[in-house]
Amino acid sequence: MSLRRWWDRAHGVTGAPSVRGLGVTAEEWLQAARDVAAAGGRLLSLWASVDASNPAAAAVYAALLTEAGVLVLELATPAHGERAVYAGLAEIFPAATRMQRAAFDLSGVRSSDPDQRPWLRHSAWPADAHPLLPAAATAAAVAEPPNADAAYEFVRVEGEGVHEIAVGPVHAGTIEPGHFRFSVVGEKVLRLEQHLGYVHKGIERRFTELPILAGHRLAARVSGDSAVAFSWAYCQALEGMSECLIPARAAWLRALFLELERIANHLGDLGALGNDAGFAFGLVQFSRLKEDLLRAVDEAFGQRYLLDAVVPGGTQVDVSAPAAHALTERVSAIAQEANALRRIYDEHSGVRDRFAGAGCLAPELAVRLGVLGLVARASGQALDARCDLPCAPYSELAPAKVVRTEGDVAARVAVRFDELQESCRLVGRILASLPGGPHLSSVAAPAAGAFGVGFVEGWRGPVFLALEAGAGGSIHRCHPHDPSWQNWPALEHAVIGNIVPDFPLINKSFNLSYSGPDV
Amino acid sequence: MLKTLRKIGSIGIISEPPPAPDPLLRVRERLDEKIRAVLGRALCIRHVDAGSCNGCELEIQALNNPLYNMEGLGIRFVASPRHADLLLVTGPVSRNMETALRRTYEATPDPKLVVAVGDCGCTGGIFGESYATRGPVSNVIPVDVAVPGCPPSPTRILQGILTAISSRGKL
Ligand code: SF4
Repeated sequence: MSLRRWWDRAHGVTGAPSVRGLGVTAEEWLQAARDVAAAGGRLLSLWASVDASNPAAAAVYAALLTEAGVLVLELATPAHGERAVYAGLAEIFPAATRMQRAAFDLSGVRSSDPDQRPWLRHSAWPADAHPLLPAAATAAAVAEPPNADAAYEFVRVEGEGVHEIAVGPVHAGTIEPGHFRFSVVGEKVLRLEQHLGYVHKGIERRFTELPILAGHRLAARVSGDSAVAFSWAYCQALEGMSECLIPARAAWLRALFLELERIANHLGDLGALGNDAGFAFGLVQFSRLKEDLLRAVDEAFGQRYLLDAVVPGGTQVDVSAPAAHALTERVSAIAQEANALRRIYDEHSGVRDRFAGAGCLAPELAVRLGVLGLVARASGQALDARCDLPCAPYSELAPAKVVRTEGDVAARVAVRFDELQESCRLVGRILASLPGGPHLSSVAAPAAGAFGVGFVEGWRGPVFLALEAGAGGSIHRCHPHDPSWQNWPALEHAVIGNIVPDFPLINKSFNLSYSGPDV
Repeated sequence: MLKTLRKIGSIGIISEPPPAPDPLLRVRERLDEKIRAVLGRALCIRHVDAGSCNGCELEIQALNNPLYNMEGLGIRFVASPRHADLLLVTGPVSRNMETALRRTYEATPDPKLVVAVGDCGCTGGIFGESYATRGPVSNVIPVDVAVPGCPPSPTRILQGILTAISSRGKL
């Protein structure tokens, strides 16, 4: 069956535009995944959910990104126990592996794929306790305090002159924790294996303890650097389920926040990348521009980072005409300065040499690994949800899609420079044509069993979120998905053959979230 | 190169000078004095993300930008706890980071200061205590100063560091 036939059979899902859902049998599950892959689609997210009314039943979900839109497959399975096994998707979509391992750790539903090592579970709770199962979670809470780093089975590389370098979980510098195991010969990296999950905070369990009308605050804190993307995705799902139409001004303000978030992160990365290439001047200049932006945002909205700007029904804050004017001026000045700095980066031979050819992720590999977002666009993948599946106001704003094909650090830098300019342009455009009217409307809690999806292109890539309402205004299940899930394994490939001292630079050019996928 | 120099020339020195009626500037001035008086050398800080959402990290990183210019105040981030006077800890402590945090604390030479950063570090924040988190940093290691905010501004974080040094008088 072709992709089209699956799409036509599926029913509409509320929330983000162009999302459909389809209940499938075990055979259809695999066939649909194969057909989507054959048509150039990729895996967006995979998670499991235990039935609200029958704790013995569960379902595993796969959200697939296709040309037509997002297709969410739902496969019923028994919950927890020996029979709770479904066909793994790792051969079709390699990125499925870690998601399947996490789904087992949290929900007790197991894939048939060979890699059964725990992912999010280190040693803080026993192997047979699954925190998202109604009963097991209490048992998990009284588990022994974690002992030393549990013996994680890293893949060993044998051979003459091969030795291992272990880094983390605590790193030098102000970054998030994770463990990297390098197998090297001399200075050359033969293999990198990541072990993540250190900042697992039980976010999906925590969602079930919050009222559904308050979940956006937690969503914003899945990965703080992408707070607007996550809180918008949450609200998009919720508003769809509640049949709430947000005011036009609110949609435009959300886009404004999202582009400001993109600008702030790109400025930060461009400075850090210059620094990692031995050009401290770049860090000084870009961190100054970033601080300028944060102060302008603070003046306009009373918060430097927009963690509490998007709320159900619209936005928490509005922008006054003078504030809009000031913000426009600042952002346009930042765009100009960033352009001048770009020329300096381009002409600096030391920087050029370090960027070019480092950490290359070839377009074919990017397809095979199903990478997303900025990293994908630097490796020839023309994917940007703002253009491909636009929600209001992006259909009207029509952002330019930035694509490079080289796949190296230089390409990821170039994508950031171009996107920075485009986002600055969008900010100007939004502030010049903000629709009038209110920025907030009322929204009621959706009925139990309602299901919705959010899908928003954050600065790092597409943020996906699935939300299922429980009884009495509660959350039965919320699964937030950061694109770093897909891109971390790609980093393992991109460093092969590079020298160890280039790892910080290559890593920074991906700049992936730990907190997001660790949930 | 010429462009770089021109840029440096055109921007000049932008580190905010004391004194002025801005709380940031007062904090800067007092910190500078205090570090000189108490340590007579740079204050060395080790940052530990013990479970943060990474929002607090963004504001800690901002301390190194030329406007806050923390290095200019005699504060350095160091890569090893063995060289640290003070630990700057973020996050509700995740159970998966609990051991690493304890070990970092033990590896830091006495006398040591701990500043917990952010609502999460202070109280567990929105994540609270659960099967996956131990809540506030003080549930795992002794904390000298807690800086609320989600995330707290760089100025607030500097204030927290200043308070910690002041409370100890002599390290
Ligand atoms: S205090 Fe706020 S910004 Fe800091 S880690 Fe907690 S949720 Fe994130």
